[in-house]
Amino acid sequence: MSTEPNRAPDGPGSPEEVSQDRRDFLKQCMAAAPLLLTCVCVAEAAAAGATDESYKPEEHYYGMGIDVNKCIGCGRCADACKTENNVPREPFYFRTWVERYVLTTEGETVVTSPNGGIDGFPSSISEKGILRTFFVPKLCNHCANPPCVQVCPVGATFITRDGVVLVDKDYCIGCRYCIQACPYGARFLHPVTHTAEKCTFCYHRVVQGKVPACVEVCPTGARIFGDVRTRSSPLARFTRFNEIQVLKPQLNTEPKVYYANLDGEVR
Amino acid sequence: MPQQLNRLAIVFVILIGSLIGARHYLVPKTFGALGHYRAAAIEANAAKPLVYAGHEACEMCHSDVVKTHDNAHHKSVACEVCHGAQAAHVESPTDHKPPAPRQRAFCPLCHAYDASRPTGFPQIDPVSHNPGRPCISCHNPHAPVPPHTPQECSACHGEIARTKALSQHAGLPCTTCHKVEEKHKISPPLSTPSKPQNREFCGQCHGKEAKAAAEIARVDMSTHGERYVCWQCHYAHSPEAK
Repeated sequence: MSTEPNRAPDGPGSPEEVSQDRRDFLKQCMAAAPLLLTCVCVAEAAAAGATDESYKPEEHYYGMGIDVNKCIGCGRCADACKTENNVPREPFYFRTWVERYVLTTEGETVVTSPNGGIDGFPSSISEKGILRTFFVPKLCNHCANPPCVQVCPVGATFITRDGVVLVDKDYCIGCRYCIQACPYGARFLHPVTHTAEKCTFCYHRVVQGKVPACVEVCPTGARIFGDVRTRSSPLARFTRFNEIQVLKPQLNTEPKVYYANLDGEVR
Repeated sequence: MPQQLNRLAIVFVILIGSLIGARHYLVPKTFGALGHYRAAAIEANAAKPLVYAGHEACEMCHSDVVKTHDNAHHKSVACEVCHGAQAAHVESPTDHKPPAPRQRAFCPLCHAYDASRPTGFPQIDPVSHNPGRPCISCHNPHAPVPPHTPQECSACHGEIARTKALSQHAGLPCTTCHKVEEKHKISPPLSTPSKPQNREFCGQCHGKEAKAAAEIARVDMSTHGERYVCWQCHYAHSPEAK
């Protein structure tokens, strides 16, 4: 009477055909699942940022070595630090600076640091009566047991897994507790943002495999940067080959800035 | 349950609920993920742009200058010490040209005499040293050489010279033990002076049968530390034996 019953089995709308299509579809879905999952994972990883893929903080533990015998007091480190990190140019704000120590025969110790050493040191000191004189570069010691992190009331300063003490400037309330707590005077309050500021070991450079700006520009190689624990790192070699001192060891802050040939008078 | 307890329970539930709600909205998202801080702050710190490109970046294009520079006295001085921060130049070499400090004031930042500088570091008095002339008219900053070769070893090796001057070996010139080629004075890293190679060298003066002044300390070379070379125990620039 009509062609309907004959056509029905071949037609796309027949129940048998539909169930077969669904099975095929599900099978294909199962086959494609791993591929889809990979795509999603890759996209997520890409969104997480380029540094995360190659840089693994757990594999590093940073410190700095300073050879006092090599420092010529040119102040290029302090200058480069201000340029790299956009530190205010006024002579009150330093993430790193150079001090000149003059020990006289009368037993007096005179420490000066005009503009952090950036413009050089006026050589007007009389050479009479000088027992010893030398330069000491200073910066945040990135202590393993930092008093500044202990006192922060909001958790805006912290140690990263790679051993760098950082400030969260979006979360800092500018209460200045950390500035008072730091025994090395390595922190200051930024005059514009009114948040605490300090040396970050140029964290943005370090995650890219570069050395901090002060280490890059030191003309005599007085600053050495690297991993404390990796035996083959330049810093580990430096600490093996030199007698190492740290600043204010009696405070138990466990600094990770290691000085070689440091005079006992340096505080 | 008494009615007053019910009321109290309701108050507590509301208080705890509002506390949980407040925590959810007030505590930043990544706080506590890695410790008592915002984990996102690490990324914020790491995301800052570079200003100093690093000498590796310079070496990619300027290989000719680098070759000269790396074999000269200034090899430890990175490009950006004198030429300034150059990440912008690496980004677009034509738009940002690195400056070259040609004025006289720049070099004395390192090379002006200062008693606090380490002994042996080359220093001049900027007032009396060829006043008015820019440093680069005599010295090539990429391969700096003093126009007059220093006559004394102590000009560069001051620390050794001072130690030796107070020691038993004060009377010996450096050339007694070291052979120095003329080239060493002009380009030190390309020709390093020789050092004594064996025990017999020291034995020429300190051996029992040596033909040397009678007051020189003597040892029997066959029995005195025969398994070692002398400088494993004695520092020749300040020998301790009297």
